[in-house]
Amino acid sequence: MLAKRIIPCLDVTNGRVVKGINFLELRDAGDPVEIAKRYDEQGADELTFLDITASSDNRGLILHIIEEVAAQVFIPLTVGGGVREVEDVRRLLNAGADKVSINTTAVLNPQMVQDAASRFGSQCIVVAIDAKKVDNQSFEWEVFTHGGRKATGLDAVKWAEYMAKLGAGELLVTSMDRDGTKIGFNNPLNRAISNAVDVPIIASGGVGNLQHLVDGVKDGGADAVLAASIFHYGEYTVKQAKEYMQKNGIEVRL
Amino acid sequence: MRKIDIAVVDYGMGNLRSVSKALEHVAPNKHVLVTSNPVDIANAERIVFPGQGAMPDCIRELDARGLRDSVIHAASNKPFLGICIGLQMLFEHSEEGDAAGLGLFKGTVKRFAAAEMHDANGAKLKVPHMGWNQVYQSLNQQSQAHALWSNIEDGARFYYVHSYYVQPDDLAIVGGYSEYPKRFTSAIAKDNLFAVQFHPEKSATAGLQMLSNFVNWLP
Repeated sequence: MLAKRIIPCLDVTNGRVVKGINFLELRDAGDPVEIAKRYDEQGADELTFLDITASSDNRGLILHIIEEVAAQVFIPLTVGGGVREVEDVRRLLNAGADKVSINTTAVLNPQMVQDAASRFGSQCIVVAIDAKKVDNQSFEWEVFTHGGRKATGLDAVKWAEYMAKLGAGELLVTSMDRDGTKIGFNNPLNRAISNAVDVPIIASGGVGNLQHLVDGVKDGGADAVLAASIFHYGEYTVKQAKEYMQKNGIEVRL
Repeated sequence: MRKIDIAVVDYGMGNLRSVSKALEHVAPNKHVLVTSNPVDIANAERIVFPGQGAMPDCIRELDARGLRDSVIHAASNKPFLGICIGLQMLFEHSEEGDAAGLGLFKGTVKRFAAAEMHDANGAKLKVPHMGWNQVYQSLNQQSQAHALWSNIEDGARFYYVHSYYVQPDDLAIVGGYSEYPKRFTSAIAKDNLFAVQFHPEKSATAGLQMLSNFVNWLP
């Protein structure tokens, strides 16, 4: 049967992999091509690159990195960050990305998700949803954009359904409350979205140990789990994570 | 003109870079050409026929570039590897957009049925079928697996992303299958043609082995 996927995430800025806490305080974690090769050797099922470069001057850097990784690593590559128009999707796919992740633009211009999906196919369109728990009578989690700085007033679960309807082939759900905290995924959020849509969801934000990955699948209903810091700083290898999941009754590719 | 060892058929649908890079990786001395020129397809020693997106769009774009006849011809006379929609297009008909395919094989392309999408424990199975699933190899009458399965373990995992699968009328062409949750055909084999639903170019070691097997295949 289909295996649950483990996806290491590489936040890239100015040609380096970095990792922040709650979207802030960046710490250097190394060269993206070297890190990608290492995770591939450890058995990563896919890799996600998020271009968090603030200025547009260095945007081209990510294309070179993806080209270099795609010539050496033969597993699916997802790239996100700063994707504003269909032309950006085309550029990233041509550089060697297999999927492109759309976040802020999906909110500003949902039509772009539909256009990209109908031009390149749903299989390569991922919509990233950054969600935060809110005190609100009508819904529990709100969608945020611009790297988590802007509230949208949108219900994350309803938004997920709408994005799948417009043609997103997969949803990357990040809990902003959990990102970088190492206290585990927001499983109620992931479960609510997973139950609401037919497309696969990737759980993201908050992994601190291997049990969190198991909980993400079992409690959160995630089809794939994304993690960064537990792999970047050598706490665990991807292989150790998969062995642990398998021991806990989850089907993985080993 | 330099001899074309492997032509990757480009009809404007999706990203062919992954396929050509993976072929160059397993066959560094071969000339791999991504092309939409029927002359190249006619001259190439081997053909890779990939496909992404929706099948009706793929057929439309193939026709818009006048490539239908050269693809059908190549499928009958030289080593030919279809990938994903490149497998689905070989059949008569697809439920996706109620579209006609190239009709090289009898059978239909069907969508994973919503009512059946749950596992043995009742958990929901998502569509598209996305990720790494086991592929079981069919044996021929001499109890041998196809040459493209050489050095690949039976049940090895390959990377999939699709919502439709092929259902051939002639079960003798089934070269491999997977389960989601029911068994479906994930590879077909006939004479000089092999076609797969999964993506060997994205399937790490097992996928590269299959591409290497294809490059060296003498059907």
